[in-house]
Amino acid sequence: MSQTTSAPPRRSRRDLLGGLRRRLSGMPRWAQFLLMVAIALLCYVLPLLEPPIISTPGTDFGGVLFTVSVYVLVAVGLNIVVGYAGLLDLGYVGFYAIGAYTVGVLTAQHATWPWLLSLPVALVVTMVSGVLLGWPTLRVRGDYLAIVTLGFGEIVRLTLINSEWLGAARGIRPIPSPPSLPLFEVPHLDWSTGVPLVDFSDTTTFIEFGVTDPIPFYWLALTLIILVLLADKRIKDSRVGRAWEATREDEDAAELMGVPTFRFKLLAFAIGAFVGGIAGSLFATRQTFINPESFTLLISILFLSAVVVGGQGNRWGAVIGAVVVAYLPERFRGFEQWRVLVFGLALMLLAIYRPQGLLPPRRTVRAQRMEAETEALEVGEEPEDAVIAAGGPTPDDAAPTDEGSSRG
Amino acid sequence: MAETVQQPTPVTTGDTLLSLDDVTLKFGGVTALNGVSFHIDRGEILGLIGPNGAGKTTAFNVVTGIYRPTSGGVTFDGEQITGLKRYRIAKRGIARTFQNIRLFRAMTALENVMVGADARHTTGPISALLGLPRHRREEAAGRELALELLDFVGVGGRADELAGNLSYGDQRRLEIARAMATQPKLLCLDEPAAGFNPSEKQALMELIRKIRDRGLTVLLIEHDMRLVMGVVDRVVVLEFGTKIADASPTEVQNDPAVIAAYLGVAEDEVVTDE
Repeated sequence: MSQTTSAPPRRSRRDLLGGLRRRLSGMPRWAQFLLMVAIALLCYVLPLLEPPIISTPGTDFGGVLFTVSVYVLVAVGLNIVVGYAGLLDLGYVGFYAIGAYTVGVLTAQHATWPWLLSLPVALVVTMVSGVLLGWPTLRVRGDYLAIVTLGFGEIVRLTLINSEWLGAARGIRPIPSPPSLPLFEVPHLDWSTGVPLVDFSDTTTFIEFGVTDPIPFYWLALTLIILVLLADKRIKDSRVGRAWEATREDEDAAELMGVPTFRFKLLAFAIGAFVGGIAGSLFATRQTFINPESFTLLISILFLSAVVVGGQGNRWGAVIGAVVVAYLPERFRGFEQWRVLVFGLALMLLAIYRPQGLLPPRRTVRAQRMEAETEALEVGEEPEDAVIAAGGPTPDDAAPTDEGSSRG
Repeated sequence: MAETVQQPTPVTTGDTLLSLDDVTLKFGGVTALNGVSFHIDRGEILGLIGPNGAGKTTAFNVVTGIYRPTSGGVTFDGEQITGLKRYRIAKRGIARTFQNIRLFRAMTALENVMVGADARHTTGPISALLGLPRHRREEAAGRELALELLDFVGVGGRADELAGNLSYGDQRRLEIARAMATQPKLLCLDEPAAGFNPSEKQALMELIRKIRDRGLTVLLIEHDMRLVMGVVDRVVVLEFGTKIADASPTEVQNDPAVIAAYLGVAEDEVVTDE
């Protein structure tokens, strides 16, 4: 997009992800495209390869990958709301639940619709619920919005628990699978001898959605992720994306520049809810049963931490954040009850040492580089400040230098 | 309340772009604007001056729809705009800059201006998603306009820089470009020269004249007397929320009431009773 940026004088930063991205954006378009296709293909075959270090011991790798992909979907959707539009949504699990329950109600609880037919209805219902939540609540800002959405998530969960019509605490079962189209068998790799061997006794049917093999579900989720990411890019790079960011940056100024901010915030909520609904529907069909236990506040917080850990405002950051949040606890399941502790610790360390997220939006990276440069230029002033500070600091002494540096 | 009977304004010169008619705005017990009436003709540069707290920015806020007047109305381009939503007023053709710079700091300079240009665009998420030709045309046109305006105000080389990282002067100029991108009929500049050095002020005066030459009408709030007097066609003076003068720059400079209220404090040499 913006190739004209002047090369910064110093690039020697130990920023692996950022450096990788810089190298990526320097590549020609076709190379980027091919690389993306290659990565996508690798993702598709990943559960068949079962690579030794990445693969999860003790848990079905395909199942873990499916869970991760659901989290990725959720994070990408939530990133639209939190990252782009700057609306702190603590009740995102509510949309996820509504998506799952609509599928459940239509296919098992009160009707026997085919899954494929229930999916679009579920998405419309979640989208409408996003608008219904947003209509009254998007008039409040900041912390208040967070509180209201927090309440929304809880209202959804409590409604599920208390509504006999929705199966109450028992939940809904059995939710059918998407229609299968068994074409051929794909063998897995077997690494038990140390060398990869094609294992014809362990195969996955392409495409058969069964209870025993989650890999086709993973493929479905991955396909949807790719579609959502493409749509996300198109919308973000348009007038809509700019309106979201302008609203996030300065709502009043945006309004005065002709942005109907309320409408765009509502749109962010609706699209975010839509994506959350996709994730919920997938979750429900893979799980075959759902109950309110799966939609607690903790899940909302995990979703949000996926976006924040990854770097809010960047779709790839959200993807990476979701992988971290969903995959790491599964990978280290061997550590039993320690794993949650370690996970929490990892989140804390991330918050301290990389508060902008693993892969923040390009703008944040650039802004920080600029700041670092400015700081470097101002280093000359620091000894003087130190002397003043040592002699007895007064706020009056500090104020002018601060102002001068931020203006300059 | 404000949208009662739309009375024909007495000052209709036929070419009036904006007129405030007996606008009063009260915040609780404080009267910020007290029966203020003035108008701007098409193609005019009108200076709005007055001591601190006189109600200049408040008048701006009433015009741009941030505040709804307690009584009185605002007519723009022949239509009553009192009580309209802010973004609707922007779309009608009033754009503004801010006394305290309010850019979208985490967006690039180009993106900032494109947000302004988007005010004239109509395509939504669906056409963006499908990449419809109309959407592509609008994007291209918006980008072109934005780049042209960045050049026009003199920030052309910094299109890809984050607005928050631009120098103070460039930020002020970028605000003007962003406002102009909404393709307004009336451009309201709220102290655009604040913090500028004399040469920057000189350049700004040139810029304001060039803006008028593009067919825009300019409403200018400014503290710097030399700048105001050098560039405007007419001056409206406010004091304590009341209009005390409305005349050409030279007449205003010799108006005893204005001198007493404003110039007398600012410039010693104008004070007559020494």
